[in-house]
This record gives sequence, structure tokens and C-alpha cells, in this order.
Amino acid sequence: MLPDAVLVLAQGGDGFVRDPSEGATSCVAENDTVCIGWAFDNFDRWVTPTLEHLLLVSVSVAAGFLIAFGLALLSHGRRWLVPTFVGVTGVLYTIPSIALFLILLPITGRGTVTAIIALTLYNLQIIYRNIVTGLANVPEASRDAGRGMGMTGRQLLWRVELPLAVPEIIAGLRIATVSTVAIATLAIFAGAGGLGEVIYTQGLQNDVFKTAIVVGSGIAIAMAVAFDAFYLTGQRVISPWRTVRTV
Amino acid sequence: MTLPAADVIDSFSGAVEFIFEPRDAIGVRGQVGGLEQVWDLMWTQIWISALALAVAVAIAVPVGLYFGHRGAGELLAVAIGNAGRAVPELALIALMVAFVGIGVLNVTIALVILGIPPILTNTFVGVRQVDRGAVEAARGMGMTELEVIRSVELPLAVPTIMSGVRTGAINIVATATIAPLAGVETLGDFIINNANYGDDGLLAGAILVALLALAFEVALAGLQRLLTPRGLALEREAARSTA
Repeated sequence: MLPDAVLVLAQGGDGFVRDPSEGATSCVAENDTVCIGWAFDNFDRWVTPTLEHLLLVSVSVAAGFLIAFGLALLSHGRRWLVPTFVGVTGVLYTIPSIALFLILLPITGRGTVTAIIALTLYNLQIIYRNIVTGLANVPEASRDAGRGMGMTGRQLLWRVELPLAVPEIIAGLRIATVSTVAIATLAIFAGAGGLGEVIYTQGLQNDVFKTAIVVGSGIAIAMAVAFDAFYLTGQRVISPWRTVRTV
Repeated sequence: MTLPAADVIDSFSGAVEFIFEPRDAIGVRGQVGGLEQVWDLMWTQIWISALALAVAVAIAVPVGLYFGHRGAGELLAVAIGNAGRAVPELALIALMVAFVGIGVLNVTIALVILGIPPILTNTFVGVRQVDRGAVEAARGMGMTELEVIRSVELPLAVPTIMSGVRTGAINIVATATIAPLAGVETLGDFIINNANYGDDGLLAGAILVALLALAFEVALAGLQRLLTPRGLALEREAARSTA
């Protein structure tokens, strides 16, 4: 017997997967364990949400990176701007993403755009901080060497400081991406689909269908791990002269 | 996609009205909204978040201090931090509902689980970053290992530990918002079980959750200022002005 609160939730789902007339197996109908065989047989069911999720994550991390990079260039050499940018992006980071999605709804409407804007705003803090830290950690000796070679401020930035900051910048992207994969599951509340659709609509709302909950969670975690490995490899390829310990 | 500005203002003023004035529920009899209900739900979210944060700190800080002091378990500390980021809060709550059950205790446990990783990792890193010279000096003064941890490593690691606590608090308050999925009525009820509240309730819930998260952040920033040793604060101040 399910508790009341869950039954209220379950009313939202129409039980579409669980209806024996639509080919649900007895495992699915009983919902006692995770129906692995059924999950593989219904592979198609997971593909679209996964792709939607990938889209949400890649677009918002890319947009977050571009904006944060612009802010970092702007505050480079204008140190007084750094606390302001850290403060503003920090406030955005503090607001729970589900609240950010919904506050944007009246302005940008339901859907993918709103979710991407919210996730992008959420990313700014982590990426911006790491770019600034990376630039600040460039050894003074390297700057001096560049100046000694007659580099202008701009050449120094693009040829010496930014390349040396690459490990920190990638570390920031890595943290931002992994967090975004997790947080994007909440995009379902902004009507943007993604793996939240599998966990929430097909799982929780569908009379707490265990298989969907496990499959959706599993894909999200696997995606985070895959991105993590991708960045670690990328870091090694782009800056082989240096490894940085990231926490 | 973009609505006219007047509609946006209407939406937000509707939400503000919802917070202050009770109104008839949609579809069922009874009243929703108004300060009394808002405070009721907000109070649940405050105490469950504060409780979970306190438990997470009570577990993660001693463990982080121990391993940081010993200089052991670095890989594990980093792995726990990374794993904590990779687990979606929605997934954790959903798995809890599916396999463990709903209710206050289960939600609190889920919140503690989400709060621990950043606090543990930051405590570990904070202690490791303490100047070894200071630790050696303390030992030279005849301090026991426990005294070294309590009087040297812990105070000097406060800023890093507190930044972990703040990240943990953000995770916890955010996740407490979706606690109604597991049968605990927090402000997220306006969002998750929205049918009776309408669009004004949805937006009101979002605004209140955002304000609550910011209030937690401000309170913890204040706490951090109180806990940071004076010498360390001065040092940081100096570093910031020359940076």
C-alpha cells in the first residue's frame, strides 16, 4: 500500500508503461525489482531524453564558458571588478536551480530555452572563478620572460598567461559540467525534458516505477562520469607539460 | 517566447499577493497561500535543512580533520567530493522513494548524504593546506596531536571548511525543495504539488526558495567571519588588496 503523498503524485502519471495491454511484462506490472530485460527491450524509450539531456548540458556549459571567459578578460587588469563578478555570479549560484527555472518561466516561457538560460547562469560562478584563479597563479617569472621578449599586454595574455592557466580552466569546466549533468535532471520542472523526464514523469509520477527511476539515474551518473573522463583526457592532451590536482 | 513586460509584472505581483493573502484553492475546497501557510512550509524547510547540515558537519568535519591530519586517504576524499557532485538530487530522492521509503527521517538522511561530500573534501584540503611550519612549531611547544588539530589545524582551515559548508548548505536547501516528492511538505509543495496552487503559487514558491537559500548563505557567511581567526582574516585582507 502506497503512502498518500505518493498516490497524489501518481495521479499525474497515466500509467502508460505499466498497462499490460501495451505490452508491459509481469515484472513491470508487479514493480518489485528493476526489470533489466524490459529496460533493454525498450531501449528506444531512453534515447530521446538522453539526447535532450546532452543538449541541455553542452549548450549551457558552452554558453557559460563564453560568458565567463568574457567576464574574465574584462576583469583582467581591472582587479576591482573581480569581487563584483564573483559576488553577482555567487548569488546566481546560491539560488536553487529549480527556483531559478521557475522564476524565469514568466519571462522566457516553458521549455528548453528557459532551462538553458538557468543552467548557464548557474555555471558562471564555477567557470569564472577558475579562469581568474588560473590567471592569478601564472608565475611572475613567466610574465617577466614574456615582457623581456618584447610582448605587448595582449600578446602576454594570449601566449603566456592563458596557456599556463589551461589546467585550472579545464578543472573549472569539469566541475561545472559534472554539476550541470546532475542539475539538468530538474529541467523537467521547466518543461524542458531530459533525463528528469525518465526519473520523474516515467518513474515517480508513474506510480513510482522503479525501473525508470534506476535507468534515468544510472544514465545521468554514467554521463557525468563520461564527461569527467573526457576532460581528464583533454587536459592531458592540451597541456602535457603540466598536471594539476583538482578537487 | 518572450511575453510582454506587463504580463511579467502581473505574474510577479500575483506571486507576491499569493504569499501575503490567502485565496481559494483551485479544484478543491479550502484556502491556500497567505503568510500562515507560507511560514508553515518554510519552517519545515528551515529546520530539516539546518538539522541535515548540522549532522553533515558533525560527520564530515571530524573525518576530514582526521584524514587531513594523518595525510592519508587523499584519493578517497577527492573521489567522495567528485561523486557527490555527480549524483543528481532528483535521482537520490527518487531512489529513496522507490527503495527505502518516504518521510522525514528518509529525507533527512538523503539531505545529509548530499551535504557531506563538499564539507569532507574541503575539510581535508583545508587541513592539508595548513603551513607545515605552524604544525611543527605547535609540536615543538609540546602540544599533543589532538591539541595540534584543535588549536592549529582547525582554526587555520576554517575559511576552506566553511566554503565547503556553504556549498553543502546550497545542496541541502535545494534538495529540501523537492522533499514533497518524498512526502515532506516544504516550500517545494507550491512547486511539486502545484495543482491546487496555480501559477501564482508556483512562482511564489520559487521566489521564497530563492530567498531562503540566500538567507542561509548570508547566515553562514556571517558565521564564517565569526569563526575565522583574526590573524588569518588580516592576512587575507592584505593578500586581497595586493592581488
